[in-house]
Formats: sequence, C-alpha cells, structure tokens
Amino acid sequence: MGARTEPKIIQYLLIFLALAFFSLFIVLPLVCVFHNALAKGWSIYLTTLQDKDAISAMKLTMITALVAVPLNLVFGVVASWAIAKFDFRGKNFLLTLIDLPLSVSPVIAGLIFILLFGAQGLLGPWLMAHNIKIVFAMPAVILVTIFVTFPIVARELIPIMKSQGNEEEEAAITLGASGWKTFWLVSVPNIRWGILYGIILCNARAMGEFGAVSVVSGHIRGLTNTLPLHVEILYNEYQSVAAFAAASILALLAIFTLIAKSIVETVIVRKSI
Amino acid sequence: MKKSWLMGCITILIFGLAFILPASAQNATQNIPQTKITLLNVSYDPTRELYQAFNKAFADNWLTKTGNTVEINQSHGGSGKQARAVIDGLEADVVTLALAYDIDSIANLTDLIPKDWQKRLLHNSAPYTSTIVFLVRKGNPKNIKDWDDLAKHGVSVITPNPKTSGGARWNYLAAWGYALKKFGNEENKVKEFVSEIYKNVPVLDSGARGSTTTFVERKIGDVLIAWENEAYLVVNQLGKGEYEIVMPSMSILAEPSVALVDKNVDRHGTREVAKAYLEYLYSEAGQEIAAKNYYRPRLESVMAKYASKFQKVELITIDEVFGGWANAQKTHFADKGTFDQIYQVK
Repeated sequence: MGARTEPKIIQYLLIFLALAFFSLFIVLPLVCVFHNALAKGWSIYLTTLQDKDAISAMKLTMITALVAVPLNLVFGVVASWAIAKFDFRGKNFLLTLIDLPLSVSPVIAGLIFILLFGAQGLLGPWLMAHNIKIVFAMPAVILVTIFVTFPIVARELIPIMKSQGNEEEEAAITLGASGWKTFWLVSVPNIRWGILYGIILCNARAMGEFGAVSVVSGHIRGLTNTLPLHVEILYNEYQSVAAFAAASILALLAIFTLIAKSIVETVIVRKSI
Repeated sequence: MKKSWLMGCITILIFGLAFILPASAQNATQNIPQTKITLLNVSYDPTRELYQAFNKAFADNWLTKTGNTVEINQSHGGSGKQARAVIDGLEADVVTLALAYDIDSIANLTDLIPKDWQKRLLHNSAPYTSTIVFLVRKGNPKNIKDWDDLAKHGVSVITPNPKTSGGARWNYLAAWGYALKKFGNEENKVKEFVSEIYKNVPVLDSGARGSTTTFVERKIGDVLIAWENEAYLVVNQLGKGEYEIVMPSMSILAEPSVALVDKNVDRHGTREVAKAYLEYLYSEAGQEIAAKNYYRPRLESVMAKYASKFQKVELITIDEVFGGWANAQKTHFADKGTFDQIYQVK
C-alpha cells in the first residue's frame, strides 16, 4: 500500500471525478425513474402496475425469458464444452457464428426474422398456408430474444472451461467413466458458478431487449408488447407516471440482477482461492 | 474423432429445438376454440385516444345488436411503419392510417386489399378529417400568425420527418400549398420558402408523437406544426394554459383513410364485424366520438353541434393542388424529391 506516490490532491480529485461521473450517469437517472414513477404517490403507482396491458406486458416478458434463458443455457453449455474441450474442423467458424448476434445491431436482428418469416419473406407464404404465426406474435418475440442473447452463456463459459483444461476429464475417462458421466460429474460441477453467472446476464438481456423485439412485435397492446415496449408506448401517450412505473419494474429487475451477480462473483472468487 | 461428430449433431439439434418449440407452442394455443371475436386495428400515432373511446362504444353497440362480444386490439405507430408491418404480415383486420398513400402501398405490394379500396366507403374512405395547425407557447412570444412567420430567421420550428411520418407529409404539403398560392406557382420561390422553414427545424423526429414530445416535454422550439387533434390534446390535457393554437390563413384538408383488409378478415372469419366496425365510424355515434377527440366529423349534424371547436379556414386538398397522393409522393418525398433537394441545401 505504501507504493502510492501521487500527491493527495490528485488522489482525491480522481476519486471525486469517478464519483461525480458515477452519480451523474447512473445514480441520478435511476433516482429520476423512481421519482417520476412515484410522482403521484404510491397508490397511483400501484394502480398503474395493475393495468391489464401492463400485466400482460410483464407476463410476455417473463414467458420470453423463461423460454429463451433455458434454451440458451443448454446451447451455451453444449457449445462451450465442444469448443473448450475438443478439437474439430470448423471450430473457429462456430466461434464466429456464436459471436454474430453480439456484433449485429438488434434492429438488423429483428429485420432478419422479418425477412425470413414475414409475409413477403422466404418462409412467409408456407407459414401462412399452414396457419403458423411467427412474426408479429409471441414466437417472433421469443425467437429474436433467443437470437440476441444467444452468445451470452457460451461466452461466459468458454474461458472458464479453457482455463480448466482437460486433465480432470481425462482422468475420469481413464478410470472408466462414460462420456456422459464425465460431463455431468466432472465438467458441469466445475463450471456451475459460471453457469449461474451466465443465466443472470442472459436473463437481464432477455427481459430488457428493445430494438429487435420492437421490429417483430407489431406493438399490439395486451398481446405482443413486452415491458420495454410498453414503457415507450405509455411515454408516448403522455402517461409519464405509468411509463416510469413500468420502467421502475425493469430498473428493479436490473438492480436485483446486479445484486445476484455480485453475490455469485464473490462466491466464485472464494471458490477459486 | 467420433466425439466431434457427436457434438455437431447435438449443436444442430439445439438449433432446431430453438426454432420448433416456440412455433409449436403457438400452434397449440391456436387450436383452443375462440369464444369471443377479436379484431386488430392497425392505426397511426395520434389516434390512440380516439380509438380507445371508439372501440368501447363499438363493442357495446355490437353486443346489444348481435349478442356477441368483440374485443378490439390496437397497434399504433408511425403510419408508414405500420403499413410496412401489415405488408410484412401483421394480421390487421382493419387499417386506419394517416393517409391514403400508405394504404395504397399495402394494396400495391400485396393482394391483401383490392386496389380500388378507396371507393368502397364514403368520402374517399376517410370518415373524419383533420387539418394542420400551429401550436405555440403561451402568449405567442414570437408572434406567429401564418406560414410566413415560420420562415423567418430566429424562429425554431418543430415538425417530424416527412420521409417516415404521415403527419409530417401533410405539414410539408400545407406549407408548399401556401407558398404556391403566395408566389403564384413560381417553383423556385416556393422551394426557397419551404426550404427557409425547414432550415428552422432543429430536430426532425420520426413520428408526429415524437415531435409533440419534443415540443411539450423537452420544451424545444417556438412552434409545433401539428395535427389539429394533436394540438387540441396538448392544449386541453397536457398543459392547460401553457399553449395556444394558431390557425394559419390557409391549411390542408387531411383525410386519414380507413380500409378493410380483405385477405385477413377472410382468414379470421371476421369480415362482418370488421365491416360493421368501419361503418360505425360513419354513424352518428361514431362521428360524435371523432368530434369529441377533435377530428372534424363528416356528418353535417355533428359538425354543426361542434362547430365552435373547429375554426373555419381555407383548406386545399391533395387532389386539387398536388394531383393525388401518388403524384405528391413522387414529386416531394421520393428519393431526390423536393424534400431531399431542400433538406440538402442546408
């Protein structure tokens, strides 16, 4: 600790700058959300949240996360296992493919699905003939959410698995365990905190996604509006209390996610020591 | 290696599952027999309040008339964007958009709506009309009276982007029409005049609602060029006593059109109720709701009742001055149209 050579004034200045930046860009907006949400008191705040459309927006957001997160979890674990533990042709290609959703703008992600499943799209006429609704309905909302959250779990796990190497698995197999057993009893326990961390991040993104969902949702209130879309609609209807009330739910979710994330992080650090 | 081959299979399986699961889930929900009829009305931005009231009235009326419950779902957004969504498969039973051109695009790009849709209902399929007015801050500090004042130096004008917003196109054409009259069809002077107005625009929002928010909530600009109904909404509900409406000496007759989406109602089996829904807009009760929401009713009797709300003003029409929407769109808003020309000269 004694290695600090900067004058005290610079230390304080830097701390002050960091704090000022933090409060200006993070704390203040957050306070603003809750202040506006409660501008007309708790009872109004609670009634706006019990609105039929608000509840259906929350429901859709929940369902979306409930479908998207488990699917991406399974995919993420399998993909990272394959990439970290095995060598095969096209591995780099698979890695790039997994990263694609992160590098594509969410709006483009939404448009991809319109081009694919829309009435003028590639599969549109076939879907129409078989009476399967995808775009501007719940399936599209879930699909684009899966698309944008696709890489999150895998990205989280690949470095962890790579750093752990293959020794433990090789030992298990030498001792006669089957591949399946090795995976469940050796590989998975080693990454369980990483998995949890991935789930939390994936969930946060799944619930908060706006751009991609906005393109494919059709904005039918009470049917295909997710919580973030609902916030925008309410705000444009000059119902700022209701808009900020809905936004506060999202903000609470985010805060809860962060708390869960930091708990998991401390646990990871403790485990790894 | 055998293992890697296995991995490939599993990965493909997961991909497949991700696609099939949600789709089949949706199928399952569709098989449940529907006990009540639902309609989807895809509309543009400022009609939210209008259709909230109208849907309720229509559902009540339909219930007493037929004994069936009908639920109307609403989708709102910029008019052009909404038309695009219907083209891409948003299964609207009826569309109620800001201008005929957007419904024309649906008819031209798909076979959802027949090309002669506009002749199927009275008054060019526009059950109510509106016009373009100015909204200024209390006391009219910049003394804005007419279109000339918008072109003056130092006046900040708020209007949305005519490329994306239906309302904005009406605004633009109203200004153009005024200039045409003022300069006696001298194209260059007209262009110069409209260009002066657009030089005064600090933010081009993508939709009419966005512009209103910019003007009212973010307090930017001296004057908002707005739909009459939107301006009244602001004056009466958002900022009582904080804003004033200024009626220019000349404006444009805006005809927001409605249409049945034939292919969709036939698929849903909702033709009868959807048709009744649109016709109810023309009824005494429907016209009354329109007037209450500051849309100019077509029925003389209702118009007489609400005459005090709607100032008389000289209104030009798209057909007379611009030769219809298709022409107006081509000359003014298509790529390299007059809007592109004046907006680049900045």
